[in-house]
Amino acid sequence: MSSETLSPSHWALGRLSWDAVPMAHEPIVLATFIAVVLGGLVVLAGITKFRLWGPLWRDWICSIDHKRIGIMYMILGLVMLLRGFADAVMMRLQQAMAFGDNMGYLPPHHYDQIFTAHGVIMIFFVAMPLVTGLMNYLVPLQIGARDVSFPFLNNFSFWMTTAGAVLVMVSLFLGEFSTSGWLALSNLGAQSPSTGLDYYIWALQIAGVGTTLSGINLIVTIIKMRAPGMSLMKMPVFTWTALCTNALIVASFPVLTAALVLMSLDRYVGTNFFTNELGGNPMLYVNLIWIWGHPEVYILVLPAFGVFSEVVATFSKKRLFGYTSMVYATVCITILSYLVWLHHFFTMGSGASVNTFFGITTMIISIPTGAKIFNWLFTMYKGRIRFELPMMWTVAFMVTFAIGGMTGVLLAVPPADFVLHNSLFLIAHFHNVIIGGVVFAMFAGINYWYPKAFGYKLDRTWGVRSFWLWLVGFWVAFTPLYVLGLMGVTRRANHFEDQSLQIWFVIAAIGAAMIAAGIGCFLIQLVVSFLKREQLRDWTGDPWDGRTLEWATSSPPPNYNFAFTPVVHEIDAWWDMKKHGYKRPLAGFQPIHMPANTGAGVVISGLSLVFGFALIWHMWLLAGVSFAAVVLAAIIHTFNYKRDFYIPASEVISTEEARTLHLARHV
Amino acid sequence: MSDIRIHAGAAAGALAPREYHLAHEPHPENGTALGFWLYLMSDCLIFAALFATYGVLGRSYAAGPTGAQLFDLTLVAINTAFLLLSSITFGFAMLRKQLGDVKGTLLWLAVTGVFGLCFLGLELYEFSHLLHEGAGPQRSAFLSAFFTLVGTHGLHVTFGLIWLVVLMVQIGKHGLIPENNRRLMCLSMFWHFLDVVWIGVFTFVYLMGVL
Amino acid sequence: MSAQHATHAHDAHGHDDHHHDAGPHSTFSGYVTGFVLSVILTAIPFWLVMAKVIADRNTAVLVLGGFAVIQILVHMVFFLHMNGKIEGGWTLLSTIFTVVFVAIAIAGTLWVMFHMNANMMPEHPTPTPPTHEAPGHSTP
Repeated sequence: MSSETLSPSHWALGRLSWDAVPMAHEPIVLATFIAVVLGGLVVLAGITKFRLWGPLWRDWICSIDHKRIGIMYMILGLVMLLRGFADAVMMRLQQAMAFGDNMGYLPPHHYDQIFTAHGVIMIFFVAMPLVTGLMNYLVPLQIGARDVSFPFLNNFSFWMTTAGAVLVMVSLFLGEFSTSGWLALSNLGAQSPSTGLDYYIWALQIAGVGTTLSGINLIVTIIKMRAPGMSLMKMPVFTWTALCTNALIVASFPVLTAALVLMSLDRYVGTNFFTNELGGNPMLYVNLIWIWGHPEVYILVLPAFGVFSEVVATFSKKRLFGYTSMVYATVCITILSYLVWLHHFFTMGSGASVNTFFGITTMIISIPTGAKIFNWLFTMYKGRIRFELPMMWTVAFMVTFAIGGMTGVLLAVPPADFVLHNSLFLIAHFHNVIIGGVVFAMFAGINYWYPKAFGYKLDRTWGVRSFWLWLVGFWVAFTPLYVLGLMGVTRRANHFEDQSLQIWFVIAAIGAAMIAAGIGCFLIQLVVSFLKREQLRDWTGDPWDGRTLEWATSSPPPNYNFAFTPVVHEIDAWWDMKKHGYKRPLAGFQPIHMPANTGAGVVISGLSLVFGFALIWHMWLLAGVSFAAVVLAAIIHTFNYKRDFYIPASEVISTEEARTLHLARHV
Repeated sequence: MSDIRIHAGAAAGALAPREYHLAHEPHPENGTALGFWLYLMSDCLIFAALFATYGVLGRSYAAGPTGAQLFDLTLVAINTAFLLLSSITFGFAMLRKQLGDVKGTLLWLAVTGVFGLCFLGLELYEFSHLLHEGAGPQRSAFLSAFFTLVGTHGLHVTFGLIWLVVLMVQIGKHGLIPENNRRLMCLSMFWHFLDVVWIGVFTFVYLMGVL
Repeated sequence: MSAQHATHAHDAHGHDDHHHDAGPHSTFSGYVTGFVLSVILTAIPFWLVMAKVIADRNTAVLVLGGFAVIQILVHMVFFLHMNGKIEGGWTLLSTIFTVVFVAIAIAGTLWVMFHMNANMMPEHPTPTPPTHEAPGHSTP
């Protein structure tokens, strides 16, 4: 029953044939393909016309600078947001119209791929890159370091993530994507011989390598590279959440790797891990994947909490309330997140004792989260609050996420979950916490740190429009789903018989349209801000009167971050420096030791991409060759011992002098 | 570390001046050993998932052959000996490295490699024998779990051997420079870690499989 | 053969290497002790099983597990030089973390799957007496 016996295999092309190109029979995909090709050609032409290939390769693709890599992660996440959201719009449209005789415009097979792609893209290629990008950009700056501990690995991690995203995008045009949901629960092993699950497996495995290595990288950075005087309990809270998040990454992603390996063995070799015969047990897959899956959502939300901690303190002009309890709460959440996974499958028959245990742990984990919310509120209390955009997103988060969290506690009760499992109530719950938590945090973080990264603030008007459209749009889109879920409507359905449900779906579609407008406003905000950048320019490097060390640098920071490594005395190190009337040193600059850019990361990732593609299409020869090439490229890279260089003192001097001029003219 | 700190805090009255800058280039500790240890911890978790899988499926014989019928404990004992010996010969290589003795290091690394190859060879022989008897990974969930768990360990040993050879070439070329010493440290951790996993394998798979 | 200190002969201002040499300090006696202990801790379990010394399966499982844990600790201490001081205690902390997560993952999986199998496949007789592992059975 293994898939390899299905279609006759060409020695070079495997099972790739013209049938794999879904052009003729799928107009939507065809239109998308044409748009992508045209858009891509425009971009390539633009790069060529402005002679940007050299700088693109040298300064960005090969860059091991954590700031550049962080920005590239953010770009990846935002681009994939557009694709993932397009999937959402398509689903809302289908569900708003497909009642009774009207089958909608998406046949079930296509619809299934859309909801699968939506989930996979949003979690793995939007949320993870955005969160990783923020952590990458900020952590070295916040701890007073020049870069992360393993700069080459950082670059490599980014390109591996991108390779995974590319594979998912390729599935749109060659073959098809998985129809099994974002965790591939329903369609295991040899039962689906198409390329769908294979795209899924290899995209995640390749991206997963990048993520795990990034996790190791950031942990070692935080442990080893903190500025003198910055003890663990003097780190910014965002850095604490980054530490815990990356510990969770290292602790959980290997389980995903193992589960996907076992599934691919079932598919490629014919083993019996998750089959229904010869001793296999499909529930074992469910169990393993959720051991990863639950920590994953905390990996997404902990940095979000970190963003809010920074924003609340800055825009309340007050030190964060309860720093110690924040740290302990974060660590508690980290450990507890490993003890709740079964709440994702209460209904699968583990019995009362097991369900009770996991129900209780799930409820317990809401407590440290609640403590955090109180800390944020107490920070705001008697603060001097400025409702800049980051603060607006933060307040919106507190309300939205709190409600979403409460629905989570409701679902944590096994008898309630028996009714609500896999209903639209569940969908509303997790979108509530992920959008209210992670997405709102990303917008808060983008508005907050954009001036640091690019040297000018984002336009406030378009930002406010985007904010309200997102906030109201979210509630309009998802409140109906709560109602529908309580009425018993199941998820992932592309057609309904009961006409009385339609009004709710129509309202949800209107909400989706509002969010689409919100995204549009965000894109306009980016363009308008770029066009108005001289008016919005941040000359001082500290546009918000910030509290942590990243605001001590210029905007954008020089590639070496700090001309002199800061010495830390208190929490909120930069605030402390300002309070003590600190003056920037103007002399004594030294040559600075920096890691060198390299193309090895993108090369090895590119070869991995080929390897994944070859395995998907059963091109065994190409798979073998590309795998050997990956190993060889890695070995060759290890023979390169010269990976660093010195920035001469003269260059440091001129950079710092330019900054002195800016500060003098504009303070 | 006695760093000269730039006095850059202008005291305006009550607040005493503080030093906020390191005048010299910072020297953060090298993170390679810790980073590699964390990677090994992540590898531990992969094996944990495979052990958990074996724990769940390890008795699902599907009316096929069981561990008691298949496992040759003498062969496993010999393989265990190979791996344990390779651990101590790697230790001897590290002792030579501490003395800066390139030739001695390379010699003991080569001996380690030989033991590693013997381990792999014997394991491949065992696998081919099982396949020959129709007890391949497709036969039952127990055998799927067995081949994957033991095979993954074997794959790690294989990559370790490739790494060993590459590192020997690099030491031969550049000597025991700090960079190579760091790499040796990492390979040492990797090699001993593989022996630790093997303890789990021979205990939980082979010995208990025969009970 | 007495232990000799690692030569810190590299004065090169390669900023990757600093005044601490890569890693902890190995000794000949340490390795030999570890090796001998490992041999003993391996030989005994093999003998116990091959000579069928322990009759009760559950006891045997516990004893074998115990030997494995002790030998792993021997490896950690004598070969991997694990202690609370290396890398500022972070290796030990991350190891403890990992052990906890490994225990949760394995114990949790076994517990969950055992219960699930028992509840969801009740017609199938369990071929072996209930242990902590899920009773596996083949579909007829």
